[in-house]
Amino acid sequence: MAAALRGSLVTLVKGLGGPRWQQMPLRPLSLSAGLCGPEKSPARADATFKVTMVAGDGVGPELMLAVKDVFKAGDVPVEFEEFHLSEVQNMASEEKLEEVLTSMKNNKVAMKGKIHTPMEYKGELASYEMRLRRKLDLFANVVHVNSLPGYNTRHNNLDLVIIREQTEGEYSSLEHESVTGVIECLKIITRVKSRRIAKFAFDYATKKGRSKVTAVHKANIMKLGDGLFLQSCAEIAELYPRIKYENIIIDNCCMQLVQNPYQFDVLVMPNLYGNIIDNLAAGLVGGAGVVPGESYSAEYAVFETGARHPFAQAVGRNIANPTAMLLSAANMLKHLNLEYHSQMVSDAVRKVIKQGKVRTRDLGGYCTTGDFVHAVVDNLRFRPVRTGDLGGYASSDEFTQAVIANLAV
Amino acid sequence: MAASSAVLSMSKIIKPFWGGRLGNTVKVLGPTLTSSRGKSSAAPPPAKYGGRHTVTLIPGDGIGPELLNHVREVFRFSCVPVDFEVVYVNSALSTEDDINNAITAIRRNGVGLKGNIETNHIMPPSVKSRNNLLRTSLDLYANVMHCQSLPGVQTRHKDIDILIIRENTEGEYSSLEHESVSGVVESLKIITRNNSLRIADYAFRLAREKGRRRVTAVHKANIMKLGDGLFLQCCKEVASGYPDVKFDSMIVDNTTMQLVSNPEQFDVMVMPNLYGNVVSNVCAGLVGGPGLVPGANYGRDYAVFETATRNTGKSIADRNVANPTAMLLASCMMLDHLKLYDYASLIRNAILTCMNETRLHTADIGGQGTTSEVVQSIMRIIQSKGQLTTEL
Repeated sequence: MAAALRGSLVTLVKGLGGPRWQQMPLRPLSLSAGLCGPEKSPARADATFKVTMVAGDGVGPELMLAVKDVFKAGDVPVEFEEFHLSEVQNMASEEKLEEVLTSMKNNKVAMKGKIHTPMEYKGELASYEMRLRRKLDLFANVVHVNSLPGYNTRHNNLDLVIIREQTEGEYSSLEHESVTGVIECLKIITRVKSRRIAKFAFDYATKKGRSKVTAVHKANIMKLGDGLFLQSCAEIAELYPRIKYENIIIDNCCMQLVQNPYQFDVLVMPNLYGNIIDNLAAGLVGGAGVVPGESYSAEYAVFETGARHPFAQAVGRNIANPTAMLLSAANMLKHLNLEYHSQMVSDAVRKVIKQGKVRTRDLGGYCTTGDFVHAVVDNLRFRPVRTGDLGGYASSDEFTQAVIANLAV
Repeated sequence: MAASSAVLSMSKIIKPFWGGRLGNTVKVLGPTLTSSRGKSSAAPPPAKYGGRHTVTLIPGDGIGPELLNHVREVFRFSCVPVDFEVVYVNSALSTEDDINNAITAIRRNGVGLKGNIETNHIMPPSVKSRNNLLRTSLDLYANVMHCQSLPGVQTRHKDIDILIIRENTEGEYSSLEHESVSGVVESLKIITRNNSLRIADYAFRLAREKGRRRVTAVHKANIMKLGDGLFLQCCKEVASGYPDVKFDSMIVDNTTMQLVSNPEQFDVMVMPNLYGNVVSNVCAGLVGGPGLVPGANYGRDYAVFETATRNTGKSIADRNVANPTAMLLASCMMLDHLKLYDYASLIRNAILTCMNETRLHTADIGGQGTTSEVVQSIMRIIQSKGQLTTEL
């Protein structure tokens, strides 16, 4: 009896167990490459990295030009694939968006200016900016607010990182008029995405050797929504016993940031709070022109300015500050394993700011964007001096000067 | 008794279904916050952002640190999109803080690359092997090594191509030993139906995926009729679900003899823990020694890569003579696991090309090369492939 029962149960167990074991290790099972479905090879015949570039609106194209100039002068092995996507200039369409996405899928890395989002409603709630972000699933936005030595603001030596969830929350594009005169905007907070951004923040802190992560929330009012976010952060924090975890309410956080910003290290928060804090913190060290930012998904990385504004009133006036975009470009080079070039570009930018001779208007100077770029190019370490026939753009005088300068060494 | 144990195992299997159901139904109001508690043990998302992975690196003792430095150098040079989080484990301390920290680090990154951590036999018996602790707490149940004759390495046997799959979490490594009567020590060897089915299924699935024909279960069921008997029975049960893969079994003593006299007969081998330890060392010896063969430990959520024979190599540490091949190949297996197949094959091919150059062999396979010479020439080969690399 017992044996019969056992037999029947065993078959039952097997029946149930089968699919479970089938499912389990979906990932491993890989010993040699050949059998695992060959992916596209990373081979780049001419040894350059391809990077997608979406210039965006306003001064975006001018900033991108600055990046390209500096890269050219520094012989940086990066080639840009440029796309123009703009809602305000009627240059946005589904096909354009698809093109950008295809390019991103190949290159994995992009530089992007702000695509301006018109305020008025034209039947589509989600802007192209948002759609691009969602299609690429760029869930994490990182803004590293770092004081630039040489440019004095109210707070100096600031060094804090703001990490923002940017695919859900208030940016869900879900709004409707339930009764005439009553609009409901849905703010969505999910466990999966909250855990993901929390883990991103802690991983970032681990990687950069930072000691504290602060979650910013409003869980005293939105007890369920922000409560879920807060709880997810606390859960993930348990995995990182060596990093301190704290939380702070958004309104208090704003006050503390302008009063004593030094107490913060890494801040992690949902979408809209992140938007506000990004701009606030950028203002602490010199404004939108000097703070670089980046957005990540699991696969892709997009490098942009920290506070994203098109700055349309400055178009064509050659007054935009390219510092933020240049520092962002340096971060991109680092992401591409081009440590040397990254250091070269960021050192040059910092040196120009520190010298304080060449400053754009937003930092209280009178120089143009072009002047600034020239100053950066002049400060590039070991800048190759090449005449036109070798692909450079130095004059023969400059070349001779460089030879003389090197005689001394 | 038998029936009740079967019921027990069944309820274990059913549980996840119920768990999932309940988790989904309680969703509406405040209680979401409480129902989620159970989920916090689930593996967090992998540390992959912007196409770059983070991997926990445990240098370990002996030759581990220098070999892993070479791995980092080769990765940096080849522009591999992997960052390492280095976690040191001090084997001289008797506390488990260090290893727990390392385990947490692997939990958050999902993948680890490690050198062997020395197990000091003089320490009190309460101190468990750190390596074993790491494998059991992460439930890395499958140890996989691929023994393949390498070009350019002189060995007694040619054309060896054996996949060894070893149960990694139970058996003799249960760390359950006690002195029941003075002078009598009992070590418990644990074989469970669940874990045996799991490892057997893994072996067959791997065999099918790699297009292998035959799986051999290694056992000692003639002596341990119940323990190894259960293992063997589980293997048979799983085998019935894979009619395209031939199944046979062999007793462990005979296996080792067959391995050294006629190793070409083996294809895929699956076995419990201790036999796996012995057989994998025999196999590594057949193809040229511990410096050549990479190993991997896979669990459901995590994977840790190391050299197959897990030697510390204290005697040759810091002398620049250790063979970097095994660790570099292990790092390639890691890249495969991260689905960075192209980078993996780039580095793997460079290593194999380098093996053809007898001049560059390290002392363990009869050459006079140093570790850094081998690594340098591997990097030169990578560069010559026209890939994008940083400055040498």
